[in-house]
Amino acid sequence: MMTTLLKLEGIETYIDQFHILHDVGFEVPKGEVTVLLGRNGAGKTTTLRTIMGLNPATQGSVTFNGKDITKLPPYKVAKEGIGYVPEDQGIFGDLTVGENMRVAMQKEDDSTHERMEWVLNLFPDLKTFWNKPGGQLSGGQKQMLAIARAYMNESELLLIDEPSKGLAPIVVEKVMESIQEMKEKTTIVLVEQNFLMASRIGDRFYILDDGQTVHQGQMNELEKDESLKKKYLGIA
Amino acid sequence: MDLFFNLAINGLATGMLIFLLASGLTLIFGLMDVLNFAHGGLFAWGAFSGVWVYDLTGSFTIGVLGAIVTGLLLGVLTEWLIIKPVYGNHVQQILITLGFMLVLSEMLKVVFGPNPIAAEPPAGLEGSFQLGDVILIKYRLFIILIGALVYAITFFILKKTRVGLIVRAGVMDKEMVQSLGINIRFVFMLVFMAGSALAALGGILLAPYSGVIYAEMGMEFAILAFIVVVIGGMGSFTGSLFAAILVGLAQAFMAYYVPSLSLAVNMLLMAAVLIFRPQGLFSLKGGA
Ligand SMILES: Nc1ncnc2c1ncn2[C@@H]1O[C@H](COP(=O)(O)OP(=O)(O)OP(=O)(O)O)[C@@H](O)[C@H]1O
Ligand SMILES: [Mg+2]
Repeated sequence: MMTTLLKLEGIETYIDQFHILHDVGFEVPKGEVTVLLGRNGAGKTTTLRTIMGLNPATQGSVTFNGKDITKLPPYKVAKEGIGYVPEDQGIFGDLTVGENMRVAMQKEDDSTHERMEWVLNLFPDLKTFWNKPGGQLSGGQKQMLAIARAYMNESELLLIDEPSKGLAPIVVEKVMESIQEMKEKTTIVLVEQNFLMASRIGDRFYILDDGQTVHQGQMNELEKDESLKKKYLGIA
Repeated sequence: MDLFFNLAINGLATGMLIFLLASGLTLIFGLMDVLNFAHGGLFAWGAFSGVWVYDLTGSFTIGVLGAIVTGLLLGVLTEWLIIKPVYGNHVQQILITLGFMLVLSEMLKVVFGPNPIAAEPPAGLEGSFQLGDVILIKYRLFIILIGALVYAITFFILKKTRVGLIVRAGVMDKEMVQSLGINIRFVFMLVFMAGSALAALGGILLAPYSGVIYAEMGMEFAILAFIVVVIGGMGSFTGSLFAAILVGLAQAFMAYYVPSLSLAVNMLLMAAVLIFRPQGLFSLKGGA
């Protein structure tokens, strides 16, 4: 039976005086990859930032693990078990890879070390460049560091914003493979413009348009629905 | 040769005092984007409260501790009452902290009286060493030593402790730090308190060095500290040390050779940095 890990209902978000999200609602089942799709400027990033409490909603509710987290500040949202990988990756450029990871580690117990071991197996590059400043990593390595770091934060849910952005196709492939593996460990909300990649690892999708959720369904249904793809995603 | 040494020691000592003020300022700005023009007020309060305790107890050490405690208390109050309501708004920050600076300055006159107060080095730090034909004034060496010590301790905390790691990360990207489960407001309050304590320490150390303290000294040193923060790179701790020494030395040598330029030289240094390297000599922002 399916349990809902994250649920957004009737979300309205303002940034300064601009009304960005009008009515965003969706459910994220535990253990699945839920993909948010939509054109540039549709409100995907703002939706993730609203969940994190970085741009809090003025209306509606965000429920995580049955708890209302709508009004929590970002650090409390993170402590509830949500890891965030922002669009720009948010790597601390002057800190080493190891230090970047350590910022996210609230504890140093056995379960943290297990997580660390697992994630370094998934991204061996991070081990190789452990003492290198994050700012000197390649784009793909930065993306991996951002994902690994978010996972270290005891996360049950990862919010990943356009991990393929600006990466060469072969690197995208690698990043997507690792996200596929992350799926074994956590639930994932993925914002992705690369439809091919999204359809490969996504289970369920929601389409945002002009700050509203306008469509939802199973990823494999969307693959066949040419008119929907054309209308909201500009894919012929 | 002895003249050169004397000017250099003088400049280093002044530089260290400015560093005590600027190091807090640069971290406060780097971490939370807060422009705190009241910082000089804490410096002056450190001087007056420290000298008062020093006179009362006869112990310079206890006087220094008194100044530090004053700095910590005023730091908490300032962060809570003055800074917290104006996070994220530079114009409001400038107005309210400048206003608070004046309040702190006037309160000094109310509490300690309107006249300048004299201060002397404690017995053990009076006088000088003679090295060949170079005379080294003990108290100035003492200031340099304390400055170096503060740098070393703070550097260690920044590099080797978890709080330090969070501060360094926060200077680069405070949103990301929060998104990783860290209450940056709390960390900032600690940094603000530490910065205030260092400013107060600078104030009490200045007292026997200049021989006299007065309410306006806070503003004078705060201006130098802001210049140092710009030159060193906003948010860069090590940058603030180098820039402070640079400004201290420039001031000392200019005051001797071209006195009419001694104030202008720091402004010129800052202008040169703003033109040729606007991010400062040791910028932390923007990656590697
Ligand atoms: N700080 C801001 N101030 C004003 N408007 C903003 C701000 N940030 C985003 N917006 C606007 O909000 C809308 C949604 O932006 P958002 O970044 O959430 O879109 P997105 O779906 O992530 O787009 P992209 O695919 O380009 O990343 C856009 O119209 C954008 O211009
Ligand atoms: Mg976006």
